[in-house]
Amino acid sequence: MAERYGLVTGVDGNMVSVEFEGDIFQNEVGFILVGDQRLKSEVIRITGKSASLQVFEMTGGIGVGDKVEFSGEMLSVELGPGLLTQIYDGLQNPLPQLAAQCGFFLQRGVYLKPIPDKEWRFTPVAKKGDKVIAGSTLGTVPEGIFSHKIMVPFDLPKGNWVVESIKKEGSYNVRDEIATISDGKGGKRSLSMVFSWPIKRPITAYVERLQPREPLIIQSRPIDTFFPVAKGGTYCIPGPFGAGKTVLQHMTSRNAAVDIVIIAACGERAGEVVETLKEFPELLDPRTGRTLMERTIIVCNTSSMPVAAREASVYTGVTIAEYYRQMGLDVLLLADSTSRWAQAMREMSGRLEEIPGEEAFPAYLESVIASFYERAGLVVLQDGSQGSVTIGGTVSPAGGNFEEPVTQATLKVVGAFHGLSRERSDARKYPAIDPLESWSKYPSPINYDKVEWARDLLFRANEVSQMMKVVGEEGTSLDDYLLYLKGELLDDVYLQQNSYDEIDSACPLDRQVLVFDLLFKVLGSKFKLGSKREARSFINDLRQMFIDWNGTARDDKNFEKYEKEINHLIDEKFIEYERQVAKIVEG
Amino acid sequence: MQKVYTRIDSIAGNVITVRAEGVRNGDLAVVTSAHGESLANVIKLNHDVVSLQVFSGARGISTGDKVRFLGVPMRVSYSDDLLGRIFNGAGKPRDNGPELTENLIEIGGPSVNPAKRIIPRNMIRTGIPMIDLFNTLVESQKLPIFSVSGEPYNEVLARIAMQAEVDLIILGGMGLKYDDYLYFRDTLEESGAKNRTIFFVHTASDPTVECLLVPDISLAVAEQFALDGKKVLVLLTDMTNFADSMKEIAITMEQVPSNRGYPGDLYSSLASRYEKAVDFEGAGSVTILAATTMPGDDVTHPVPDNTGYITEGQFYLRHGRIEPFGSLSRLKQQVNSDTRDDHRALMDGMIKLYASYKEALEKKAMGFQMSEWDEKLLKYGEMFEDKMMDLSVNIPLEEALDLGWKILAACFEPRESGIRSELIQRYWPEELT
Repeated sequence: MAERYGLVTGVDGNMVSVEFEGDIFQNEVGFILVGDQRLKSEVIRITGKSASLQVFEMTGGIGVGDKVEFSGEMLSVELGPGLLTQIYDGLQNPLPQLAAQCGFFLQRGVYLKPIPDKEWRFTPVAKKGDKVIAGSTLGTVPEGIFSHKIMVPFDLPKGNWVVESIKKEGSYNVRDEIATISDGKGGKRSLSMVFSWPIKRPITAYVERLQPREPLIIQSRPIDTFFPVAKGGTYCIPGPFGAGKTVLQHMTSRNAAVDIVIIAACGERAGEVVETLKEFPELLDPRTGRTLMERTIIVCNTSSMPVAAREASVYTGVTIAEYYRQMGLDVLLLADSTSRWAQAMREMSGRLEEIPGEEAFPAYLESVIASFYERAGLVVLQDGSQGSVTIGGTVSPAGGNFEEPVTQATLKVVGAFHGLSRERSDARKYPAIDPLESWSKYPSPINYDKVEWARDLLFRANEVSQMMKVVGEEGTSLDDYLLYLKGELLDDVYLQQNSYDEIDSACPLDRQVLVFDLLFKVLGSKFKLGSKREARSFINDLRQMFIDWNGTARDDKNFEKYEKEINHLIDEKFIEYERQVAKIVEG
Repeated sequence: MQKVYTRIDSIAGNVITVRAEGVRNGDLAVVTSAHGESLANVIKLNHDVVSLQVFSGARGISTGDKVRFLGVPMRVSYSDDLLGRIFNGAGKPRDNGPELTENLIEIGGPSVNPAKRIIPRNMIRTGIPMIDLFNTLVESQKLPIFSVSGEPYNEVLARIAMQAEVDLIILGGMGLKYDDYLYFRDTLEESGAKNRTIFFVHTASDPTVECLLVPDISLAVAEQFALDGKKVLVLLTDMTNFADSMKEIAITMEQVPSNRGYPGDLYSSLASRYEKAVDFEGAGSVTILAATTMPGDDVTHPVPDNTGYITEGQFYLRHGRIEPFGSLSRLKQQVNSDTRDDHRALMDGMIKLYASYKEALEKKAMGFQMSEWDEKLLKYGEMFEDKMMDLSVNIPLEEALDLGWKILAACFEPRESGIRSELIQRYWPEELT
């Protein structure tokens, strides 16, 4: 190939124009040579002999005439054992190692090996002469609590590839050759435990995709019961600032019933990442007995870090997620916040002088968001096992108004919507998920009819509450008033959950079933209540007990006592089930 | 690199272009015109066409004026000599003192590696109960004061500056009214805080481009002092003027506006400044308090909206008081568990009761019947506003907590307070009568 290089002809913000020689391709990674620094950038437009590159670093000091080298690769991540517990920036630069080398500040142009040079205990699975295709398992290494599969790189072309040689059980450096394969037509490849994969291309080395049905329990009552998420599904959390998006994501990253959590902190506060960073190594995961950090990977490109790398960070996250999915694991990717990534796109689009769409977002915003969320999924792998990637993204709509392009584009492609409302967060009702606006297309792990009926009650109670604002308590009938109180009760003791309370912050599914069933009895029954005062006092007593119950550990001696007391209180006033409810209860 | 260019191609707004070679993005230049010299910096390169924003404005610049590139980016002198001094946005003295040219540091430097940050742990005491008790300010926090024109946000900033237990105060004024500038200067002088204060002031009549430089220059200096072990408090007022200056330059540069004319990178630009707030392990810290006026008292306006997504909470200043609703310090949880054991409970309890007071007030306004409980709430609300919320109240946290209990005792029975019995036994004041 002829020599390929370019010369800078212009700089505008984080976009650099380059005149190039030879052939280059779209999304190829180039390095701009400034002094002794090499600044990573990506080709985003080619016109004739001129190309536009987005630079993943600050562009101060770049001058016209600076040389650009092209790498011949698209923006890629390194995949292999050693990814878990790592903290990366958007370009998979390990931040702690960077800190050790450069100190307090992020020095530009320094790119370290994402996967540490380390020995791993390799156990071969494939044998000499085995036929392999992209994604076949060659062997395993133990990575923390998982058996990490060493796979044939996903970019292996189709053909009759067979294993020519494979290393015996033993410890090898991650970059040592562990196997060679050939296709009998002269094609031969030497494989190590790591390989790279371009982040913008989904990994498709699986047999088929399945419909996500199985609920992914995240131990949040409103979500698991009313607006569930499925393994392999997608959901989004839009909300104004201060509504608790990040706290919700944080709780999810701690409590979700998945094997691996990948946190992509994209353009948000650095302080919040630090909390995760410092807390997770201390917190134990009750499911495994190991620290939470051992199942976590953090990809963080916080708001003050270069904008172009923000877009890369969500793709880096999802690519690593897909990689672990290929091992038959359930992976959850939490992206906070996708709006920042969309804004990064908007910035680039502006500099490219593309015709702007709504609110100056580029016209391709929707398709880009859609193809990102489409990378979630439940798949059947070659060995018949299943793996999944679930994606949960927060959205930060301007002014808290959901009628904006990013929220709307996201709503079209996700399976569940957890809308946070300013009204609820102002009233300190956390999590501030609006029960009237939110929805989920995934099946709830709790009885469908009961959940639907309870949700309907919320709507009816809300109507009464609106009416009461006009006619006052005086003008409301006792029945309506009780309905209103029931709605409040459901909200106070079930939809709200105290994330700072040790017990209440995580509510396991069996506990949700227990609490919900009892609560359902209250919601669906007629009671002997003579006056509004009596009704309020009855519901208040129940509320207090439910709240105490929620805050009591399962193995606490008071747990059953509270349950009995609540039952007792209900039975004292109970007349009968409402007609519809009776049908549901009888099945 | 000292070649002088004598042909200015275009002049639009405060941006000029010249044809030059060997220039680097961000480099500084000196523009010499009939009205004197001004600094300018490179904001765009396109082949040999170099766009520069002129700090003192392009007014009166002639096409034949001289442009000399310095081959270095914008820098500021850093030493203890800065203390007590007053500069403009370009770092030039405006107090008749000597110009400082030694030990220059770059402004707008790289951001801190998240892996090197630590969880904030020290409270900053301000003597304002609405802050100390209800939304504690924490070292290394970034917090805006959302307000509207006419509210005393500068007075609040000045008060915090005088009382806060920090080593150093840096005041970055943007589009400051001259009166307000004098107010800051005189107030800090009188209180004796001036010799630990550095001013970077852009007044409303100064050139726009200098306004843009104020946060960067203030924060670059703050960062250096923090690295040298100082606790620095940076006050920025008013960030909306900063955003408006950005808008002006962006429009001049014919960038596609995103929302109400603001450039698409408004969020990133604000974030890269606010994120300079940091607590360095083994060194000092930078805390940022920034006044942000909300045009039309609209929190969904792009400037306060984007700010809210970046900062760690916000204070709403309305009717001369810091509002308990909406105001939030996201970091208070980190510190308010180690102040006094009644702090959290009192904070939550009092706010919940205040919320009930607001409901009672609404009920009253609608003409519904007032119950005995409502009457108690009304009494409580009034006392709370007078004795806690009023900005003239200036007491340490411990006194504020005691005062809180007194107010509760004056209005309610212990069991009505909604506070844990164990705390009530210890803190509920004996009969006052």
